[in-house]
Amino acid sequence: MKDLHDLSHYPLKLEGPDRPMVSFRNVTKRYGDLVVLDGLNLDVAEGEMVSIIGPSGSGKTTVLRMLMLETIQGGVIYVDGQPLSHMDRGGMLVPATPRHLRAGREQIGMCFQHFNLFPHMTALGNCMEGPVQVLGMSKQAARERAEDLLEMVGMIDKRDEHPARLSGGQQQRVAIARALAMRPKVLLLDEVTSALDPEVIGEVTGVIKKLVEKYRLTIMMVTHQMGFAADISDRVCFFYDGRIEEQGAPADLFSNPQKERTQQFLSAVKSAD
Amino acid sequence: MSYLDFLRDYGPRLLDGTLMTAAQFLCATVLAIAIALIAGLMKLSHNRLIRTPAVIYIEIFRGTSLLVQLYWIFFVLPLFGLTLEKFTAGFVAVGMNLGAYGAELVRGGIQSVPRGQWEAAYALSLSPAKRMWRIILPQALVNMLPPWGNLLIELLKGTALVSLISVADLMFEAKQINGSTFLSAQAFGTALIIYYIFARLIVTPFMRWLERVMARRIGRA
Repeated sequence: MKDLHDLSHYPLKLEGPDRPMVSFRNVTKRYGDLVVLDGLNLDVAEGEMVSIIGPSGSGKTTVLRMLMLETIQGGVIYVDGQPLSHMDRGGMLVPATPRHLRAGREQIGMCFQHFNLFPHMTALGNCMEGPVQVLGMSKQAARERAEDLLEMVGMIDKRDEHPARLSGGQQQRVAIARALAMRPKVLLLDEVTSALDPEVIGEVTGVIKKLVEKYRLTIMMVTHQMGFAADISDRVCFFYDGRIEEQGAPADLFSNPQKERTQQFLSAVKSAD
Repeated sequence: MSYLDFLRDYGPRLLDGTLMTAAQFLCATVLAIAIALIAGLMKLSHNRLIRTPAVIYIEIFRGTSLLVQLYWIFFVLPLFGLTLEKFTAGFVAVGMNLGAYGAELVRGGIQSVPRGQWEAAYALSLSPAKRMWRIILPQALVNMLPPWGNLLIELLKGTALVSLISVADLMFEAKQINGSTFLSAQAFGTALIIYYIFARLIVTPFMRWLERVMARRIGRA
């Protein structure tokens, strides 16, 4: 816990036009004695699409979960310049209260491997829930926003269906619309195609591609689909044993990996395909 | 005396008793649901100061006899300055007792909602209260309706005990009729049938209907 008390060398906030949208500074995540991520440093620029790859247990999903769901044991996370994991108390960084975390996380959207749509609400209801209940939008305004987004992901015809009546690919597209309805500055995609049947993966990757190319949304994506990551990422980070083993532009990392572990991982993935 | 004569003479009293039983049932049900919800949520709290009272409550009311609880509430509480009307004491005892069982159903129902639902609700930045009320509880409710159907039948049968503090319910009337006529088979037999009809033809079908409605609302049917 000593890391928590020595925060004086971390800036209170990140300023300047070049400041990253997301910044992990020396972040450590432990579950009990198990260190999952150790001293992670990672900056994601505004509008950047970063893919996170690596073997299971490498900590790649934990990177996203720290931003959205969990607390950290060391270092500081910033979102859009402001500390998320901590807060400024009279010029000192102190660990964030649950309320501060929740407020900071309003700027972040997240989609999950198993969609996690609310089963008792329609597709439209799922997309209106956040804007109405959290942002305090009127039902009318929230409905218009939700319908625009469902249109964008190609699900407007199914707006009144409950999730149980939608296929996996359809559910995931609704889940993306639900996350976007909060107008997040950052979108986290946690293995969003891993639970899908092969023939519907394209529906979801097509939507993500649109978000990247048309809307320049800042995205952090954990994925097992190397081809897709290579296709749309600005940068790919290869995680191994709780650290970034290697990172770079997809063309470099995939065709000319420098580290032995990266080479092993990529050739193992390739032979599995 | 034929059974039809018996019904003609004593039917109205048995009907009055049945209405009293129905009133006890409804009041106790409302109380049990409210207590179950509050105690079930409290038991899930991470804060010991909130959790402990719920644990103690559930232990006491599940671990001791309903009849003793009823006598406590009606005969002992007045010694501490709290006197309840016998009608009130009746449904309060039954409601508090079954509410303790219901609290465990609420807790189990909430815990059966997949973790991904909590995470998705949190990821939308819903406040803890809205997370519970709008996302988790509606799903928990669907999961816990079938055991609640059982519990309400237990509750109905439990209301027969209020006759012991002279609430003029169905059981009380049957006992009175038996006492004055010694027509035990007719009196208690009719009571038996009415309790059965109440449980099987009113409570159970209503719960089945509610299960169907809720399943439809969640898109499962």
